[in-house]
Amino acid sequence: MELKTFKGGLHPPDNKAWSEKKAIEVCPLAEGDELVVLLSQHIGAPAEACVKKGDTVKKGQLIATPKGFVSVPIHAPTSGEVVAVEPRLGTAGTRVPAVVIKADGQDAWDDSLAGADPDTLTPQEIKDRIRDAGIVGMGGATFPTHVKLSPPEDKKIDYLILNGVECEPYLTADHRLMIEEPENIIEGILIIKKVLGVEKAIIGIEANKPDAIDLMTKACAGRGIEVGALKVQYPQGAEKQLIYALTGREVPSGGLPMDCGCVVQNVGTAAAINDAVRRGIPLIERIATVSGSAVAEPKNLRIKIGQPLSKLVEYCGGVKGDLGKVIQGGPMMGMAAVSLDIPATRGTSGVLLFSEGQVLKEPEGPCVRCGNCVRACPAFILPTEIAFRTRKGLIDEAEKLNAMDCIECGSCTYICPARIPLIQSLRQAKGAIIAKRRKV
Amino acid sequence: MDKTLYISSSPHVHEGGTTAKAMRDVIYALLPCVVLWIYSFGVVQPFIVMLLAIAGCMASEAAWEKVRGLPITIGDGSAAMTGILLALNMPPNSPWWMALLGGVAAIVIGKQVFGGLGYNPFNPALIGRTVLLISFPVQMTTWMMPRTHEITSATPLSEVKMAVGLTGAIPEELQAQLGSVLFGGFGGQLGVLSGFALLAGGCYLIYRKVITWHIPVSFIGSALVLSTIFWLVNSSKYPSPVFHLFTGGLMLGAFFMATDWVTTPITPKGMLIFGAGCGILTILIRLFGGYPEGVAFSILLMNSATPVIDRLTVPKKFGLVTQKG
Repeated sequence: MELKTFKGGLHPPDNKAWSEKKAIEVCPLAEGDELVVLLSQHIGAPAEACVKKGDTVKKGQLIATPKGFVSVPIHAPTSGEVVAVEPRLGTAGTRVPAVVIKADGQDAWDDSLAGADPDTLTPQEIKDRIRDAGIVGMGGATFPTHVKLSPPEDKKIDYLILNGVECEPYLTADHRLMIEEPENIIEGILIIKKVLGVEKAIIGIEANKPDAIDLMTKACAGRGIEVGALKVQYPQGAEKQLIYALTGREVPSGGLPMDCGCVVQNVGTAAAINDAVRRGIPLIERIATVSGSAVAEPKNLRIKIGQPLSKLVEYCGGVKGDLGKVIQGGPMMGMAAVSLDIPATRGTSGVLLFSEGQVLKEPEGPCVRCGNCVRACPAFILPTEIAFRTRKGLIDEAEKLNAMDCIECGSCTYICPARIPLIQSLRQAKGAIIAKRRKV
Repeated sequence: MDKTLYISSSPHVHEGGTTAKAMRDVIYALLPCVVLWIYSFGVVQPFIVMLLAIAGCMASEAAWEKVRGLPITIGDGSAAMTGILLALNMPPNSPWWMALLGGVAAIVIGKQVFGGLGYNPFNPALIGRTVLLISFPVQMTTWMMPRTHEITSATPLSEVKMAVGLTGAIPEELQAQLGSVLFGGFGGQLGVLSGFALLAGGCYLIYRKVITWHIPVSFIGSALVLSTIFWLVNSSKYPSPVFHLFTGGLMLGAFFMATDWVTTPITPKGMLIFGAGCGILTILIRLFGGYPEGVAFSILLMNSATPVIDRLTVPKKFGLVTQKG
């Protein structure tokens, strides 16, 4: 089979063997366990708590309502008592509003939740259900899905792309989901197709998951869904790169996938959509890979939103050796966690534990102009030139060199022999440019 | 669980390369040629030249940084590499003090005055060579024959230049002799043998991803094309492309000096232009310039064009195509 790909990028060792054969296990929840459900775990405005301390809640019950269009509601991941509504330590190490629920051990569902047959629903009704279930992009970016499924009238969408690439090293959550719940994903895809009114749907999967490619190809046969095998190349799963690899279309600079007729959804999101529409289940769980050299037994877990990372790690046999760094998400784009006590969120695609020795400590040297970053950049910009100018405060020049086109994949920094944190300068440039544009 | 964790921005993994590792790779890649060079020209003297060129580079780098209160960077291998390249650019029978002086010139004038590694516009080894060539023209053009170790000022390139300058053509007997250049029949030349040693080193560097194919291929390719054209037009006046390829510093230049990271373009397209410019200028200088050899000057000239090439070859960013379908 000819493998599709994009231009640029690189191939870090994927380290998926640690967990790719491990079937998804449910991370247990005991009576008395506290779940810290952050109210800002999606892109957009934080939700607003609609429960107060002392309330009892059922599993799936609404606990926070969205504020504005780009926002989503949040639900109780289990039944129990609300013991606090207060700021708690979040992913970024800052305190963010949270609802803390003490589990009663019953895990009893809210009776009012009801599914529906998508064939009897209009696209708008389906979108409402998706929004009400709090569905966000499950690949890690956590962008509200109903927004993505509501392109403006003048944007004609003719292609639905499913992201089953999972190009981040270590992570195997999407891989396992495709193998264990293909029907859930496919049903979800069919629902999205109906919402968008598109004919073409294609699932992109990297060639390092041949079992998933085989299985999905067979399961999709005759159902109007194609499977595209992709070369193992980072960042194959970045939205714009994935669209290019699968369709040959380029998202115009500064634009969105819908500007070239595409909508991209993660396979995990498709499964969540199916659960939400057909069964009425809101987004209160997700699959996460717990892996890395400092965890005793890497696993793929079905976790509840709000479970502390320490619980996940504990279920995987605990910390092994000298723990140096904890990453939420993948090693290329994930975020370092300040502690294992922070809660899992809807974006927790992985929890990686790195040993002390794996922590990057090599000091930064001068740029030797090797050009590695230029060749690796999938946005075809000049990372080192932009970083150099940003550090000198020359934001206008950085803007002219297309700093805003950086997708923050980190390839430049991964490959830089001088160990310059190029991506930090690029993020800084983007922030400064956005601030400047707002002022004007 | 109360252990303090490291916090940093993504990515949290790295390919593993460092500048120092890459410099070491370049030194390893040069080793076959260095051994051959030292052996062929009588071991002791070339060994001293090599050693003192390296010592001159490293000592002056350390001294400069010490005086300026900067971190000492001789451990990164960059100065040592400059020393090796400088020695390979000198007659192996050079006096010892010249090697030392060349090393100091290369590092101080070629690199440190600009701010050290990463900031120098010109290839330091070639700056060192040029300083020596201008200051000591006699010593820098007094060569030794390989194996026989006979001292001569005749390099194949200078012989051709002189003959063509005097008579407008390459005389019959010289024409017949030129073939022997491939087997080291001329002063300072190791011919095919060193050519292959350098080729092997260059391939190693490409395999190790220290350099890419762009500059060597466009350098050698453009030199071959241009010299072939001249040769086809008038073979009695212009030597063959094979002669050009295996004489002077073309191979060394194409694989090891025109590929210097700091002083060459960062875009692949820019690298192709840079290499082509080097190849064309080398042949033009050899055939029509005042000096018999043009590799060093062509690279230095193209070094000066690097900022302009970089500016003109900024890649088109992703997402600029007109939408289809």
